[in-house]
Amino acid sequence: MAEFKPAGSMYEWFDQRLGIDKFVKVMMTEYWIPKNINFLWAMGVLLTVMFTLLVVSGIFLLMYYKPDINMAFDSVNYTIMQEVAYGWLFRHIHAVGASVVFLIIYIHMFTGIYYGSYKKGREMIWISGMLLFMLFSAEGFSGYMLPWGQMSYWAAYVITEIFGGIPLIGGDLVVWIRGNFYVADATLTRFFMLHVLLIPLAILGAIVFHFYSLRFPHVNNEAGEFFDFDEEAEKYLAGDKKNSKVVPFWPVFLSKDFFVLGFFLLFFFYLVFFHYSFAMDPINFDKADGLKTPAHIYPEWYFLWSYEVLRGWFFEIAGISGKSLGLIAFGFANAIFLVMPWLDRSPMVKPANQRPYFKYWFWLMIADLMVLTEFGKLPPTGPNAWVGFGASLTFLVLFIALPFITKAEAKKVGGK
Amino acid sequence: MKEFKILAVIMALVGITYYGIEPYAHSVMHPEVAPADFTFKDAKNVDTTLAGNVENGKTLVEANCIACHAIEKAGHPAIMPNADAAASYGVVPPDLSQAGRIYDKNYLANFIFDPVTAMHLEHKYPVGGAKAFPMPSYNWMTPQEIMDVVAYLQSVTPKVAEGKEANKATFEAACGRCHSMAYAKFDATTPKDAIKTYMGATPPDLSQYIKSRGEHYLHSFINDPQVLLKGTSMPRVGLSEKAQEEVIAYMEEIGDSKKAEREATGLYVMIYTFIFAILAYLWKRKIWSEVH
Repeated sequence: MAEFKPAGSMYEWFDQRLGIDKFVKVMMTEYWIPKNINFLWAMGVLLTVMFTLLVVSGIFLLMYYKPDINMAFDSVNYTIMQEVAYGWLFRHIHAVGASVVFLIIYIHMFTGIYYGSYKKGREMIWISGMLLFMLFSAEGFSGYMLPWGQMSYWAAYVITEIFGGIPLIGGDLVVWIRGNFYVADATLTRFFMLHVLLIPLAILGAIVFHFYSLRFPHVNNEAGEFFDFDEEAEKYLAGDKKNSKVVPFWPVFLSKDFFVLGFFLLFFFYLVFFHYSFAMDPINFDKADGLKTPAHIYPEWYFLWSYEVLRGWFFEIAGISGKSLGLIAFGFANAIFLVMPWLDRSPMVKPANQRPYFKYWFWLMIADLMVLTEFGKLPPTGPNAWVGFGASLTFLVLFIALPFITKAEAKKVGGK
Repeated sequence: MKEFKILAVIMALVGITYYGIEPYAHSVMHPEVAPADFTFKDAKNVDTTLAGNVENGKTLVEANCIACHAIEKAGHPAIMPNADAAASYGVVPPDLSQAGRIYDKNYLANFIFDPVTAMHLEHKYPVGGAKAFPMPSYNWMTPQEIMDVVAYLQSVTPKVAEGKEANKATFEAACGRCHSMAYAKFDATTPKDAIKTYMGATPPDLSQYIKSRGEHYLHSFINDPQVLLKGTSMPRVGLSEKAQEEVIAYMEEIGDSKKAEREATGLYVMIYTFIFAILAYLWKRKIWSEVH
């Protein structure tokens, strides 16, 4: 250890021991971000803020919530909502936040797909991001169940039931996940543990990893342009700010993010205070009743697309039952985004609108996901069932076709 | 500008998706029903334009009603405790003190004439069926006599202060014999086991019904339960429009007690956030003017 001189100020004392100056440079003022970005690049910061809001509001809820099937419902709807000072505020921030965080995750994710930010060199950013998406899904699902409302109970019932379709071990696996033969107190207690401890820990780890994975390949930009970050950074530090293609994370990049954040929070708080019901299924204000099935069972909106892929297969094909086909399609849908970097075989890093074939693929996929989401909530009867089947099939076909489309595109562009 | 174009595209996509999964899906799963009818047009056995005679009504009520019903406010206390009354009749007969205030006049008159038809419970108590409704029809009375009874019941109704007091009184008189309101620490006056046997299932606790069913649904449902829940044991109670609004207001007071605080706080938070957003925009402009 080097010899320490007496510090002239408190700042210096800490700087000698913790390297504050260096830390701030590496993390903030000399962490370079391309200048050529639009507000879609602010989604990462929005997600960080949302995650923080969810953790803080969650901690307050945790102080009064009771993970017991006889007390859970009233602890949320009476104790927290009506007796605890501003308990309703934390509950609404948490519930609305849980829904809105998925909206932002989807925007973040499709921004990545649109601009090709998952491509060569940035695979780990994409994979860690998809890992975060899966963890958030597990977190959302486990948390949705905790207030022990009627829809959350039955959604939990249906979703845990899915694992029963896995060959050989299915039946035992369902019992193991539930901790009982049906969704019961044991299920609630373990989902509580998952929601407040295990999954948040994993999310924190994955967030750190996601940030780290950005450091070497750097953030993509609006034009998909490759340039030398070191060279551009030197220009910036030498004072040629206007010609440099990069800006530091602090204060330049963040100033834009704060501005986007401000308007986002306006939208968010509007929902929290005046339109929270969109994120709270009215059926969940009935206490869970294992003897009374709701007329329609559907998950929260952010799972509707994959739910529809699951149930879209309502008839047997080539001797395989609709249920098994649905399960296979569901597994495919949830895993396929993870391998996007290898499905897209065109080396071109460009926004979708500059890619001759991919642009059609991208908008078709978005349209298909919207159809799946909307029909995922409607009763699967009559024409709805066929639309659901068509959209599920389209989803599979789109992803199976992607390597061929992008290969053809690479050839076309390369031939120019 | 390009960023506005991107924002517009995102807003359009989110808006279309939202429309599909919220208002549209709701309209498919909960089709619109006939609007609430507070004139009770289908009940027309009694000519309710006749002016009632309170004195004669008093005589009729004392001869016909108080053997079963209490009218606490007119000096007729209940003749037996709730548990015994429930054992005898299946359900505690209502105290009629509030009847003149909370029930629609037309409904009340037709109820006395023929309770089962007025309540839309013909499916539960068919003519000549095994079970009979505990209260007999008074269709042997002349319309004038029935209107005298109605006039008497209206005359004994206690004065209740508008607002919270009225909301609570109406809820307890109209719903409280069968339904509990746990979050108001209120238990149904008919004992649990008795009401379960009488109705076929325990009537739900209504603490969160303002949220789980919503004002719009309650508005149609309370007026005529059969419209939304065909075959339900819940009778058409026959509340006047005002009484029904009081019931719904009470359900909101109990089930969503922080509504006023939420809306007031919401406004301040929105103003604060708006100022933050403006300042953030100005700061961003200043910072980015150096790099562009």
